[in-house]
Formats: sequence, structure tokens, C-alpha cells
Amino acid sequence: MPSTSPTLRPTHEIHKRRFSRNLGVGLLLVAFIALVFGLTVAKVQSGGTIQAYDHTYRPALLPQDD
Amino acid sequence: MTDIRADLHDTARPAEPGFGDYVVLLKPRVMSLVVFTALAGLLVAPAALHPIEALAAVIFIALGAGASGALNMWWDADIDRVMRRTARRPIPAGKVEPGEALGLGLALSGIAVIMLGLATNLLAAALLAFTIFFYAVIYSMWLKRSTPQNIVIGGAAGAFPPMIGWAAATGSVGLEAWLMFALIFMWTPPHFWALALFMKDDYSNARVPMLTVTHGRRATRAHVLAYTVVLVPVALAAGFTSIGGPVYLTVALVVNALFLRGAWAIWRRTESQAEADNYRTEKQVFRLSLYYLFAHFGALLIEAALRAADAYALIGFGG
Repeated sequence: MPSTSPTLRPTHEIHKRRFSRNLGVGLLLVAFIALVFGLTVAKVQSGGTIQAYDHTYRPALLPQDD
Repeated sequence: MTDIRADLHDTARPAEPGFGDYVVLLKPRVMSLVVFTALAGLLVAPAALHPIEALAAVIFIALGAGASGALNMWWDADIDRVMRRTARRPIPAGKVEPGEALGLGLALSGIAVIMLGLATNLLAAALLAFTIFFYAVIYSMWLKRSTPQNIVIGGAAGAFPPMIGWAAATGSVGLEAWLMFALIFMWTPPHFWALALFMKDDYSNARVPMLTVTHGRRATRAHVLAYTVVLVPVALAAGFTSIGGPVYLTVALVVNALFLRGAWAIWRRTESQAEADNYRTEKQVFRLSLYYLFAHFGALLIEAALRAADAYALIGFGG
């Protein structure tokens, strides 16, 4: 007598589609994070006098009176 | 406890969308044209962005275009179902729910506009927001179903990307940006009407008031020629501005002569002639119209590269 219960196959088409969706979204998020990080570096690099090393202010960066 | 459900293999339910179905919602072929023209607008501009900022600008302009494509597919799902050319899109094919397309379009629109503003400037972000609004609301929701001039006015949405690229680089909109806009704006009607001439019944079946349906095919042929005649001086004019040069002018002269000849041939043909050879000329002109934009913007990029390399100064051209 044939079985009426559904066969459980781990690699069903729905699983493949879900995996492709999850992988795609995951890769997109990683790419987005990398892009925002790159943008941050680029913005800071082109930020002119924005420097903060040593946590001390640099008189050379202040506007000159003369 | 398990999350395995007995209805897992129920094939009567609509198929679950894969990642590719969402990509199709963003109209990747339109996005590729947007990437190309936006990149051209950005690179020919007289100011240079940091490479990462330029990359981000092009990505978010393309994402904005994709978002408007998803909104267009959400709104037009009913007529897409009727037209042969669009019946296999994700919503009419039952792969993606309409609400999902709407959500995706709105979310990506917000991300694209905000990120473009942060990466470049507010003008570029405002132009992108206006482009999405124009394509989704003015064109898709209003003009497309109400006037045969839908393609003419709606073409503005596709014409904005090089202007946004220019604005991202310079923070302003100059004459050259307007000429690049005008080039795509004037190119769109003959491009689409050539397509409409050989996609015979699609638009009438869907009750879209395309010029071929409302004014007949003879009038459409005349319109293709008229708009091409106006397009030629617009295309050549860009050659005499700061973004043009001998390479652009040579390419523009050749390609416009070919396009004009094609439009003339379309105008001269009768419907019986077109049916006899299965719309051969109309299909050729449509194919040529695809190369037309790539040739013009490609030539602009070559001019920018030559200027960057100081090639004209080396040969003593242009002072």
C-alpha cells in the first residue's frame, strides 16, 4: 500500500528559492556595509582640517589673525 | 519541535519568489542604461568626485531607477498581464505579490535618495527623488493611460540620470547637463514609437493610448520622423560645448545621419509594405536607436578621457 504522507526532501525547490533569497540579501548587506565604510573613509580623508590624533588641539589648524 | 510543514509540497500555492524575481522587478536592463548615462554625466563633469563617492553615486542613482521600476510594475500589473511583452514579469506571472513590489519600491526609493544625499549633495538627491516621483506617479499613474503623449513627457524620467550624475559631481546643473537631458528626452519618442509600430496589438489590447492606437500608424510614422529631425540639432549641439569635441561630433554626425535615414524610411513606408517584410525597417530603426544612445554617451566619455590625458593640448587642438 502506497504511503500517503509527504516525503520530506531537504533540498526541495522552496528551500533553494529561500536560500537564494537569503544569500542575495546577505551579500547585498555586506556590500552595503563595505560601501558605507568606504564612503566614511573617503569623506574623512577629504575633510580638510579634520584631524583628531593624540586628542590634543593643534594651534596650526586655528585661523591666523595676521 | 519542528518547522517542517506538511503543506511544503503543495504545488497549488503560488511559487515562492527567488532572489532573481526581485531583481527582475527592478528592470535590470533599464538600470544598465541608467548606470551608463549617469556615469557619463558624472565623468564628463568639470569637477571630480572621490572614486568611492562616484561609485556610491552611480549605485544609488541606479537603485533609485530600479525602485521606480518596481513601483511601475506594481501599478501596471493589470496591463502587464495583457501585453505579450510584459506578461512574464514577476507580478503577472504570480511569482511576487503586488504588495511586496510596492514595499520594495518604496523602501529602495528612500534608501537611494537618502544615501545619494549623504554620499554627494542635496541637489543630486532632490533630482533623484523627483525622477522617481515623475516616473512612478506622473508617468505610470497619470500620463501612461490618459494621453498618447505619454512617451514624450514620460521620457523625461529616463533623461534625468546624466543630469543627476553631473549634479552629484558639481553640485549644480549646467548647460551641458541640460543638453544630455534633452538628448535622451528627444530620443525616447522615436525609440518607443518604432517599437510600438511592430508590437502591433499589445498596446491596443491593454487599452494604453499609444499614438499607434489613438492617431493611427500613418501619424505615428510622421511623428517618428518629426522627433528625429528635432533630435539631430540637440545631439550635435552638445558637441560644441565643454563636453564635446571632434570625436563626439564625428560620431554624432554619422549616427544621426543613419537614424535620420531610418526615420525617413519609416515615414515613406505604407502599412502594407511593412507587413510584407514583417516590419523589417521598423525593427532595424529600433535596434539602431539602442546603439544611438550608447554611441553618443560613449563618445562623450572618450572626449572626457582625452581631455583628462591632455591629448588635445599635445596635438595643439582647441587652445
